[in-house]
Amino acid sequence: MSDNKNSPLSPHLQIYKWHISSLLSISHRIIGIINFIFIILISSMLIFMGADIQTLQILFQSSIGKFLIICFCWSFSFQILNEIRHLAWDLGYGFDLKLSEITGILTIIGSFVFTILFYLIGKNLF
Amino acid sequence: MVQFSLPQNSKILKGKFYKDKTGSNNLKKVNVYRWSPSSNENPRIDTFEVDLNDCGPKVLDILFKIKNEIDSTLTFRRSCAHGVCGSCAMNVDGVNTLSCIKSHSDIKGELNIYPLPHLKVVKDLVGDLSTLYKQYESVEPWLKAKVGERTQAEIKQSQEDRAKLDGYYECILCACCSTSCPSYWWNGDKYLGPAVLLQAYRWISDSRDEERKERLKKVADELKLYRCHTIMNCTNSCPKGLNPAKAIGSIKKMLATS
Repeated sequence: MSDNKNSPLSPHLQIYKWHISSLLSISHRIIGIINFIFIILISSMLIFMGADIQTLQILFQSSIGKFLIICFCWSFSFQILNEIRHLAWDLGYGFDLKLSEITGILTIIGSFVFTILFYLIGKNLF
Repeated sequence: MVQFSLPQNSKILKGKFYKDKTGSNNLKKVNVYRWSPSSNENPRIDTFEVDLNDCGPKVLDILFKIKNEIDSTLTFRRSCAHGVCGSCAMNVDGVNTLSCIKSHSDIKGELNIYPLPHLKVVKDLVGDLSTLYKQYESVEPWLKAKVGERTQAEIKQSQEDRAKLDGYYECILCACCSTSCPSYWWNGDKYLGPAVLLQAYRWISDSRDEERKERLKKVADELKLYRCHTIMNCTNSCPKGLNPAKAIGSIKKMLATS
């Protein structure tokens, strides 16, 4: 067929339309990596740098710290909800096109709901 | 290998503009990917103004109209024109589909037509699918039964067992799903891709087949099977409304539980 070494590669990412499922799939991966780095950072601060819970608390009470902690409330919620979706798929459920779209939208909405919930719970406890 | 941008020789240039000559008031701008092996140029996008007042309802009708009336060098595959053969699979408006069953009235604004993504282009809208066909061959898509008493007569199948093939036997191998899959773009040489895995599942779940275990074992591979990350582009694009993602999920589940 096309032994022609010059034959071009047809465009892919450049032209393909995004669906909710593909968008969630790639963001799940990126956010997974960010969460992984964040956990390692926090734990190494506690273990190797001699920081204790109090120092962390002071850190998270600054405005940048607050912003960061809210961001990570969201990224963890997103990660967990998406992971539940993947677990359901591994069990063989939720492959229906409409259903997967609905669970995708629920994941996005749910991640924000969880973030607000976490924030409110945190406020009451401190 | 993951390569997000196109190689230098595949960068798309702006092509020719074919202005409407009919004076019609119902025009559609159609952007078509063009590349010819006989020229040394990069691929380009030609824009055609097509008179919809005198055109059939499907995207394939537009392509025929361009080929018959505007530029006869336009190259594309087609055969049955009824969504049965799978020849005219291409990327229409950002999603892979069969151009013969896709209505152009569904698409607002300009119509963009590209070949199936991430393939070596043979000419214009024709991509090279030989890797996919080799992979299809590798799953041995035929009934395997040991010669013996059972094969002397017709091998019967109950209605329930036959129903297990519904949603899988209808696949026409148009390659819309495989070429929509980012995993297949990056690992197409090793990962089998949704079309071939759906076919593999179709034979694994056939009650008349006697090599179910061997088939499962063959497909259980980090690269061949588990490159599927349930991105669901395959199911989103299948013009026959099948669900390759579910077929792959079922194979994974069978492997996990057997």
